[in-house]
Amino acid sequence: MRFESVQDVVARLATAGYLADEAIATVVFLADRLDKPVLVEGPAGTGKTELAKAVATILGDPLIRLQCYEGVDETKALYEWNYKKQLLRIQAGQDEGWDAISGDIFSDEFLLERPVLKAIRSEESVVLLIDEIDKMDFEGEALLLEVLSDFQVSIPELGTLKARQIPFVVLTSNNSRELSEALKRRCLYLYLDYPDVDREKAIVLERVPEINATLADQVVRLVRSIRALELKKAPSVAETIDWARTLLHLGVTELDAASAQNTLTALLKFQTDVEKVVAHLKIPPRPGNN
Amino acid sequence: MLTRMLEFSRAMRDAGVPVAVSENLDALRALAHVPSEDKDAFKAALAATMVKSEAHRKAFDTLFDLYWRTGRGAEAVEEQERFDAPPDGGDPDDQQQEYLEDLFRTLLGGDASAIREAARMAVSRFGRVEAAQSGSPYFQYRVFRAVDLDSLLARLMQDAVEGRALTPLEERMWRDEFEQRLRAFREEVEADVRRRLAEHRGAAQVAKHTVRPLPEDLDFVRATRDEIVELRRAIRPLARRLATRLAMKRRAANRGRLDVRATVRHSLSTGGVPFDTRYRHKAPHRPELFMVCDISGSVAAFARFTLMFVHAFQAQFSRVRSFVFVDHLDEVTHLFANEDFLVAVDRMNQEADVVRFDGHSDYGNSLERFWRDYGSSIGPRTSVVILGDARNNYRASASWVIKAIGQKARRVYWLNPEPINYWDTGDSIAADYARHASGMFEVRNLRQLEEFIERVI
Repeated sequence: MRFESVQDVVARLATAGYLADEAIATVVFLADRLDKPVLVEGPAGTGKTELAKAVATILGDPLIRLQCYEGVDETKALYEWNYKKQLLRIQAGQDEGWDAISGDIFSDEFLLERPVLKAIRSEESVVLLIDEIDKMDFEGEALLLEVLSDFQVSIPELGTLKARQIPFVVLTSNNSRELSEALKRRCLYLYLDYPDVDREKAIVLERVPEINATLADQVVRLVRSIRALELKKAPSVAETIDWARTLLHLGVTELDAASAQNTLTALLKFQTDVEKVVAHLKIPPRPGNN
Repeated sequence: MLTRMLEFSRAMRDAGVPVAVSENLDALRALAHVPSEDKDAFKAALAATMVKSEAHRKAFDTLFDLYWRTGRGAEAVEEQERFDAPPDGGDPDDQQQEYLEDLFRTLLGGDASAIREAARMAVSRFGRVEAAQSGSPYFQYRVFRAVDLDSLLARLMQDAVEGRALTPLEERMWRDEFEQRLRAFREEVEADVRRRLAEHRGAAQVAKHTVRPLPEDLDFVRATRDEIVELRRAIRPLARRLATRLAMKRRAANRGRLDVRATVRHSLSTGGVPFDTRYRHKAPHRPELFMVCDISGSVAAFARFTLMFVHAFQAQFSRVRSFVFVDHLDEVTHLFANEDFLVAVDRMNQEADVVRFDGHSDYGNSLERFWRDYGSSIGPRTSVVILGDARNNYRASASWVIKAIGQKARRVYWLNPEPINYWDTGDSIAADYARHASGMFEVRNLRQLEEFIERVI
């Protein structure tokens, strides 16, 4: 029981500088109560990884991170045998019988813990972040299933290692491929979209405290308008903050067409996107509602 | 509560959202931890445990509304309606004006709960069909006949900033803001109409008719404008996913088999001990794709979709050439190399030379032209994909072209947007072409398209 209520989660996340809405807080709260991992999906730059960090901060727990990429296997995610040490052990005990040695070299002492095993074997509670799981290939995903549902790791030579405590697990995905049903079933699901205007404004005010409210308001509204376009790369929350900072440093107090245009490069990373946005801000009418 | 829950998950499954038994159990366990009077937390708990993909979220929202925000019974609706009714004896036109004035001020204020109230009021006052004997007693179109959203938007834009004209930048921002509020209003009206129906006729009945299919099951031909936007969003990740999967396949295939001869020969340099193993790599298969699309009126909705796909595909794969035709055929590869889809379509409409005669599809002429002009560039690595309904307006079929392509190319596929049982009815000559193609597939939604691509490439 790490949290008392959903409101408690909201309040404590806020102290770590993470402004959560009720949906986010409910999922975090339930993950703790049901002892289930959280799968966070959403576009880049909406604070998925940040959420795991914030949770670790408010719980005061260490964050153990597994960065996924294509080709992650059990020796990188779960455990590996320290074979150099095993060789030394065999050489050191040349007079002993094989039985004595073979029992010995497959013991805890020769086991190298990788992030996932480390997380469940830790004595104190930890937060485990499995980042960008969609970058992992399909087979790698299967390695995690046992951990995610039963919080244990089976090692053929050693038996099953159970978790000493249940870690708080966060998985993130950019949705570059569909994750398997088996994995999704084991997790609570949270989709982190770009925040709505009010929340994004609050985030900007939190991160850039010197900015005045009018400018912050204009910035997030314009960003929302820009996100509605089809761009190569839509601006993330981090880029909104960058943009707000840029404007602030240039001494802009109220956004007008000129200052917006001159600073768009802080927000957009492709020239074609910049051109499109400039055009968009000049051509008002769009088809109506009915 | 439990029964309701089971009904709800059945409705979700009917809508195509896969809800596993274990997820149902998780949902029930989760509910034990959230206060039952907090509807938002309740909803968040159900969403976290039952909906595992953003694409399914919309269906969930609609169904949640029907199953968990109703249940007060038909009398409560009547009660509500009496409560919302304008005072007796007034002139209906004046009262409507008065309501519109209130709505205008609410929208200008922009408070979400006030907008919800206004929507409920609008349904109570204008949505009812008095003499409805059968069918539903509420209609949203009646509401939107009384409340014209476009003129409201125009008025809002006028009054956004007092006393002066807006700069283009301000205009942009306010327009987005007001459109957002109007959209909220419209969605509230739609939801309210659905809820009232559910009170009258049961949630299950309404769910069956109102939940739109999931994006992957959406019939291209029947998609509404909003849904097409949604489809377009879904297509790009689809093309990217397919590209990643193909790249993975290619890499996996590239590990190659042990080449014994090369290994032994190489081992001579180490005194016959085979230290290094040698592999025989397969030559990478670089697929070349020719896409030929019918863009005539009869397949307009499908064509727009296929063009989206051609566009997304061309961005991901290097060797794609695209052609479009109505009664004449033209190559549009260079147009679709443009990043922006809408610009590409615009230019295609202006520049592509596809109508020479009467603007009805002529597969025969177009295919012959394709063969004459581009047939020589088809090689053994080329796959040709033809997209169209094979409705040829009783013209000559020229199906020999398909046969000729088939002999030269790796494969010829035909994707048909019509349901299979419509093939060969009327002027459709699907069988005539299918006979010579490597396969003709019914492709009416994203799911079928994905299946096709996975099987074929």
